[in-house]
Amino acid sequence: MSELATRISKTVEIDNHTINFGPQHPAAHGVLRLILEMDGEVVERADPHIGLLHRGTEKLIEYKSYLQAVPYFDRLDYVSPMACEYAFALATEKLLGITAPDRAQWIRVMFAEITRVLNHLLGVSSFALDCGALTPGLWGYVEREKLLEFHEAVSGARFHSNYFRPGGVAKDLPAGLADDIAAWAETFPKFIDDVEALLTGNRIWKQRVVDIGVIPAEDALAWGFSGPCLRASGIAWDLRRSQPYDKYSEVDFEIPVGRHGDCYDRYLVRIAEMRESVKIVKQCLQKMKPGPIKVQDHKIAPPARAAMKQSMEALIHHFKLYTEGYHVPAGATYTVVEAPKGEFGVYLVSDGTNRPYRCKIRSTGFSHLQALETLAKGHMLADTVAIIGSLDIVFGEIDR
Amino acid sequence: MADELIKADTVLDAIAALPGVMVARRDLGELVVEAARGDDYALFTRLRDEFAFAQVMDICGVDFPERAARFDVIYNLLSVTRNERVRVVVQVADSVSLTSVSSLWPSATWWEREVWDLFGIPFEGLADHRRILTDYGFEGHPLRKDFPLTGYVEVHYDDEQKSVVYDKVKLTQEFRNFDFLSPWEGMTTLPGDEKARGDRK
Repeated sequence: MSELATRISKTVEIDNHTINFGPQHPAAHGVLRLILEMDGEVVERADPHIGLLHRGTEKLIEYKSYLQAVPYFDRLDYVSPMACEYAFALATEKLLGITAPDRAQWIRVMFAEITRVLNHLLGVSSFALDCGALTPGLWGYVEREKLLEFHEAVSGARFHSNYFRPGGVAKDLPAGLADDIAAWAETFPKFIDDVEALLTGNRIWKQRVVDIGVIPAEDALAWGFSGPCLRASGIAWDLRRSQPYDKYSEVDFEIPVGRHGDCYDRYLVRIAEMRESVKIVKQCLQKMKPGPIKVQDHKIAPPARAAMKQSMEALIHHFKLYTEGYHVPAGATYTVVEAPKGEFGVYLVSDGTNRPYRCKIRSTGFSHLQALETLAKGHMLADTVAIIGSLDIVFGEIDR
Repeated sequence: MADELIKADTVLDAIAALPGVMVARRDLGELVVEAARGDDYALFTRLRDEFAFAQVMDICGVDFPERAARFDVIYNLLSVTRNERVRVVVQVADSVSLTSVSSLWPSATWWEREVWDLFGIPFEGLADHRRILTDYGFEGHPLRKDFPLTGYVEVHYDDEQKSVVYDKVKLTQEFRNFDFLSPWEGMTTLPGDEKARGDRK
């Protein structure tokens, strides 16, 4: 009898251990160090350690003029660089009390949507890759390359575009680019169909993502969710609609909303958003009229290169802008944009000089990653990978 | 348009009447509330429960070293049901703590950890008070204005010790703070010209 009791007590052994997931792990989407306390293969506690990519962007910006601060924003969310620049450009414009000309606004809306597609392509395809589906990743990169060519055509750089400036955009669209984008917008929905054919109804894919990482609407709000992650939980909240900036009030688009708040809905919302973005890009191309692409005040936007060769005043303006920059009236603003990942905000404090006194960057993934423990608790280790993929996390913006 | 303005004002007036609010105003169209330290937690509770500010989108600090209450702590609240934002500003002196709002909004935990990490403002009632963005074992609070841009330590791989080691920062050239501020626009009083606008008759 006692022998039996000891045998039983031996079998009830709790298999509890802690594993270190990352910081170098292909499914960690960058430098995420995740301490997981496991009960067998079930996650008990998840403690993300972030900051391994912290570069002190906010401190650096305090030592740069407003124009010099723009390139730092490309390096935040490097998957959707122009969306980050957008927030800073709008914040600075608000403090300066200027608005960009119509054409600049249309170009910015169009490229913000191209950036959204660019982001969701990588988001969806690397999410699929995390769950073991290789093909969407390969296809997605081919499609992304086309969009990066648009980036390159307009700004000269594939990623670090430095294109959205306070007061407009850096350059006008080069000849023929509008036609290329229009041609792309015609063919791209076919590509989304192809990806959907691979994933949406796929039994293995659904087995991996349906009912995984469910977050109800109230919890999503409490955890500060925004963007596709919030909409997947059933809240139709989109800053482009509710607090429109630039020309978003003049374009027609739908807000896709999920119902269950699981990984599958987050995937579906992103797929649907890509279709909406293509619609917006088409409308931008139709409604865009020739005109100036930055404010015509040369105290804020530089004069044309050709004018500098002829006009002394233009030369002085150019010199002053690229050394001293412009003075921004004292004040503070919290300006947000609907970045592809959610609400991306800039809290900009000016003291009236040519440099920001404080520039706080409200990154989207920061809130989403924080909820990881809530989402992953009670799931398997492999589901944690799916959840991280579905949150669309990029460490450039989380760590700043 | 007029209706909107009236509606906006009622929100402003209602918030201005709350206890703990010192000033409430619209600044560049944004609702800004200055709150007193100590009364802030009660105010946040009412803002969440009565004004449906269900989300805290951002908490951050700003350092004004010349002020007695050195730091501003900024809370950006959002209500998706009312489509309204409010920015609550609380002033706090050095090494004085604030009450954590992480019990009201769980998402505040990381934001408060960040404010602690970068500015050194402690939060009472914050369950997890570790640093978040800086290195393990980091000293100082880097977003304070008196913290140098280059920091104090740097890391490098030491071949003899066969490990990564911390060293004092060595600059091969002195740190240059490029100050292009024009004396003709930015500064009001030029050096040597202090008496020009003085009170002497």
